[in-house]
Amino acid sequence: MESNHVLDAKGLACPMPIVKTKKTMKDLEPGEVLEIQATDKGSTADLQAWAKSTGHEYLGTETEGDTLRHFLRKAGAIEAEGVVIPEISLDEFKEKVDKNENLTVLDVREIEEYEEGHIEGAIHIPLGEVEQRAGELDKEDVIYVICHSGRRSELAAQTIAKKGFKQLFNVVPGMRDWTGKTI
Amino acid sequence: MPVNSMTAKEVAKKVVNKESFFILDVRNEDAFQDWKVEGENVQYLNIPYFDLLDGVEEILPQLPQDKEVLVVCAKEGSSIMVADMLSEEGMTVSYLQGGMKAWSEHLDPVKVGDLKDGGELYQFVRIGKGCLSYMVVSNGEAALIDATRMTEVYMDFAQEIGAKITHVFDTHLHADHISGGRKIAETTNATYWLPPKDAQEVTFDYQPLEEGQDVTIGNTTINIQPLYSPGHTIGSTSFIVDDTYLLSGDILFIDSIGRPDLAGLAEDWVGDLRDTLYTRYKELSDDLIVLPAHFMIMEELNEDGSVSEKLGTLFEKNHGLNIEDETTFREMVTGNLPPQPNAYQEIRETNMGKINPDEEKQREMEIGPNRCAVR
Repeated sequence: MESNHVLDAKGLACPMPIVKTKKTMKDLEPGEVLEIQATDKGSTADLQAWAKSTGHEYLGTETEGDTLRHFLRKAGAIEAEGVVIPEISLDEFKEKVDKNENLTVLDVREIEEYEEGHIEGAIHIPLGEVEQRAGELDKEDVIYVICHSGRRSELAAQTIAKKGFKQLFNVVPGMRDWTGKTI
Repeated sequence: MPVNSMTAKEVAKKVVNKESFFILDVRNEDAFQDWKVEGENVQYLNIPYFDLLDGVEEILPQLPQDKEVLVVCAKEGSSIMVADMLSEEGMTVSYLQGGMKAWSEHLDPVKVGDLKDGGELYQFVRIGKGCLSYMVVSNGEAALIDATRMTEVYMDFAQEIGAKITHVFDTHLHADHISGGRKIAETTNATYWLPPKDAQEVTFDYQPLEEGQDVTIGNTTINIQPLYSPGHTIGSTSFIVDDTYLLSGDILFIDSIGRPDLAGLAEDWVGDLRDTLYTRYKELSDDLIVLPAHFMIMEELNEDGSVSEKLGTLFEKNHGLNIEDETTFREMVTGNLPPQPNAYQEIRETNMGKINPDEEKQREMEIGPNRCAVR
């Protein structure tokens, strides 16, 4: 999994991995991903619970030998900047997909999530890369932005709205509750 | 204000004496829900340590001023941090040394009786996990039954009382905790006995334990009579010691009975379980004192911290021995089973010698409460 920052908490015992994560998280921008490398086995459950209580998004843990690589996406909204993205419900969106309307769907989940199953024809750009790669999209298109739950897609839509995209819809919730076809 | 540290032994004593104290458990909520330090007069507050990183002021009103406060976490690091913060706010608090890990591993020997020839029977109470193991001592020799992986505790104890461990038994292949039996037998050159029907996949040598095969401890006659009592596992074997004590393994507990599913065969074994409890045990003397391999709740502890009850009393009071209808019994022990113990398959494989996890991994596998019973 890609990350914006890496925190080395290897060899540290509880509570230090979380104490350090909390400190490091302060320096991240909303939406950025922090990788925490830890060897304390209790860190997985604790980071998950901590993320839940703080609103950060726990993306998963990869194991490499004795090292656990945890991924957290920083919470926080850019709403304060005044960009409001209209929402479309998953049901309404599904109707459009089912009717074979020629939709532009932007899936901003991580590559692993995308590969597990996505809507046919969806363009894949993970949230972390949306800003640099917005040029791959057409500003005139109506774009339906989707992720797992609807939060990352909102951030992604806000990011590209600032680049002049006008016709954006955030699909809420996201692939989490998607019952339609995936490939 | 200084921060005090409290050992698992001290906490166990408080629990046995039914003392009233307050636990601030700073593990995450799932861990706390799963298992905790239990006590009849213990009050709890569970706030994960990571919610207290910015300070403890907010929880101060929730902590009692007139009671001892014990801060508990998984391994102790977080509890020390939180205890320090509380101390800076002027509170006197303690933390549990070694955390839940130490609590899970703490063993207390309690003498449960004198044997006819002058020997003694000890019960080792693993209070945090509800495991009970036994040492029969006679004339300088000792036998161990259902020893846990904290092998040094038994070996040190035997040395202290001047006994040599000559026989080591497991009543069955355990699924909830890692047996120390084989290691102790290897270290002390004792004979390691296992019921052969539970030992079909083991990777080491053992002495097959069969009914009618008395083992004598010491040079007098402390008989350990194996009694084949299938149901929890197919090989489960009970012991009658000195014609007085019935070591019932995981078949019969004080307030519950064994579950038949931990080797995956509930439907097949429920009949054996019924037969053992309602026929084989029924034929035994009501005066036998039942000494099980587990307890589930603190109410099962006697005043001295031991766990025992007369067989006759259990036939009157234990719900699991009083279900006349066989179909109802069948439904109870197959239909309404509690969650299985943490990592129970890996624990079984470890006890068979198939895998050899390191100590840290063994600890982790054993995390959680005891779940060998159905009520």
